[in-house]
Amino acid sequence: MVSQSTASSVPVAGVAERDRPGPGERFRDAIGRSWRPVALLVALLVAWWVITAAKLVETYLVPSPAKTLQVMSDKWGYIWHHTWVTTYETLLGFVIATIVGVLAAVIMVYSTAIEKTLYPVLLFAQVIPKVAIAPLLVVWLGFGLAPKVVVAVLIAFFPVVISMVTGLKAVDPEMIQLSATMGAGPLQTFSKIRFPASLPHLFSGLKVAVTLAVTGAVVGEFVGANEGLGYVIQQANGNLDTPMLFAGLIVMSLIGVVLFVLVEFAEKLLLPWHASRRGAAVTTTY
Amino acid sequence: MTERSEGTDKHSTVGPVTEQEASRGGTVQIEDVAVRFRMKKKDVTALRDVSLDVAEGEFVAIVGPSGCGKSTLLKLVAGLLKPSSGAVRVRDEAVKGPRHDIGYVFQRAALLEWRSARRNILLQAEMRRMPADRARERTAELIAMTGLTGFEDAYPHELSGGMQQRVALCRALLHEPPVLLMDEPFGALDALTREQLNIELNRIWRETRTTVLLVTHSIAEAAYLANRIVVMTDRPGTIAEIIDVDLPDERDYAATMAQPEFARATGRIRDLLGAASAAD
Repeated sequence: MVSQSTASSVPVAGVAERDRPGPGERFRDAIGRSWRPVALLVALLVAWWVITAAKLVETYLVPSPAKTLQVMSDKWGYIWHHTWVTTYETLLGFVIATIVGVLAAVIMVYSTAIEKTLYPVLLFAQVIPKVAIAPLLVVWLGFGLAPKVVVAVLIAFFPVVISMVTGLKAVDPEMIQLSATMGAGPLQTFSKIRFPASLPHLFSGLKVAVTLAVTGAVVGEFVGANEGLGYVIQQANGNLDTPMLFAGLIVMSLIGVVLFVLVEFAEKLLLPWHASRRGAAVTTTY
Repeated sequence: MTERSEGTDKHSTVGPVTEQEASRGGTVQIEDVAVRFRMKKKDVTALRDVSLDVAEGEFVAIVGPSGCGKSTLLKLVAGLLKPSSGAVRVRDEAVKGPRHDIGYVFQRAALLEWRSARRNILLQAEMRRMPADRARERTAELIAMTGLTGFEDAYPHELSGGMQQRVALCRALLHEPPVLLMDEPFGALDALTREQLNIELNRIWRETRTTVLLVTHSIAEAAYLANRIVVMTDRPGTIAEIIDVDLPDERDYAATMAQPEFARATGRIRDLLGAASAAD
């Protein structure tokens, strides 16, 4: 970004200004970036409203937006409680999957023997449909929190491991050689070079994992639960209460979106160097 | 002359190189070295019959066609690669594993993109556990010496290629290594920046009196900077000739280029490299 300069006293202020826009500019940027998805969302809502208002579909099959919204506000306390349960299961599963996934990736990268042993097992665990083992988990672990968290972990674990392994292996080999000439031990090389270098990869895996964790928690609730949005949807389904069913679906998606945004925010906060570079790469068109 | 044990190795070479150690001098001896790789069930000889003595404070450039094993030679000196036969000695010690008393600069700057220029330079100090105030002082000196002043807090993606390479050079010099190894350090730069960095490298070499081994593709760069030029031939890489460049250490860029000695040295390199490729 800094123009290549032969004068050695050019300050970096120019860089700083361009990288950190003022609040007004940032607000305009935010609107500029988000009006398209917002417009699409509004268009979908209007389409939904038109379909139901024109009675193209029976209202007991697809409730109107107004009806759905009314259910959400009427049963606010009920929905809120179950939303928290699902969010809690999701977060717990996501955090465990992240910790276990990162540790597994580190071990696999440092030991080829363990990688070769563990990889097929991981792949096998990944290809088993989680919906199919959820009942078994309920039998083993009961109706409480545990089976939901375990399903969330199982489903979120894989993208974390894969992205972390990729990240740890993507380190510039010359950087590792340089580190050897600096007399760095394996621990120093890991903490100062390998680990930070792998974080951009890890975060792309975490973004996938966090949305999958929501699915995992809900799948766990479907199989056997008396709490959570999965339970809400099953109840609503049994009662043919489609407005509540829709409300449950909407809230569930919102959990995923909010958690995704939070992970992205954490990424920007922790890896400003990565975010700024990526931003520069994307905005090359005029 | 005795071989060092693992324990003393750590103590003698990690950390800033002390004055006492530096006085041991940055000599490099390569004795009848060969390197063979095994690729697809076929042995490939990268280097053979290479012998070279580098004196303390000497600037030696290594030129040759691509793939003639120039970089391999530097990796041998750094202890990043083990020769198949022969011996390498740095500062009168047999090289057994990565040397910690060298500085290394690659063609790509290999900077950590999450660190500012200053903190990239300080990586060297952190890994060696150098005293913090000594490291800061030394970093400030190097930043001034290489013309990075004003760019200390910039991140690698905000720096031009030439500036990035300056940071890499500072990082390589932070611990005052008796031997500096440079693997086509200016190969990716534009001609103007390259010329400027050549002039700076000549000055830095004179100021630090470190021994330099520079691998380069540029004949002019080799003749402008070096006391001696090692010309290598293509696979298997071996030394065709070592050319003495009889010019004073302090070299003005344009004036040096106009010297008959410069013309003689570059002419000889061209002859040798031409002969090497013609014999192919």
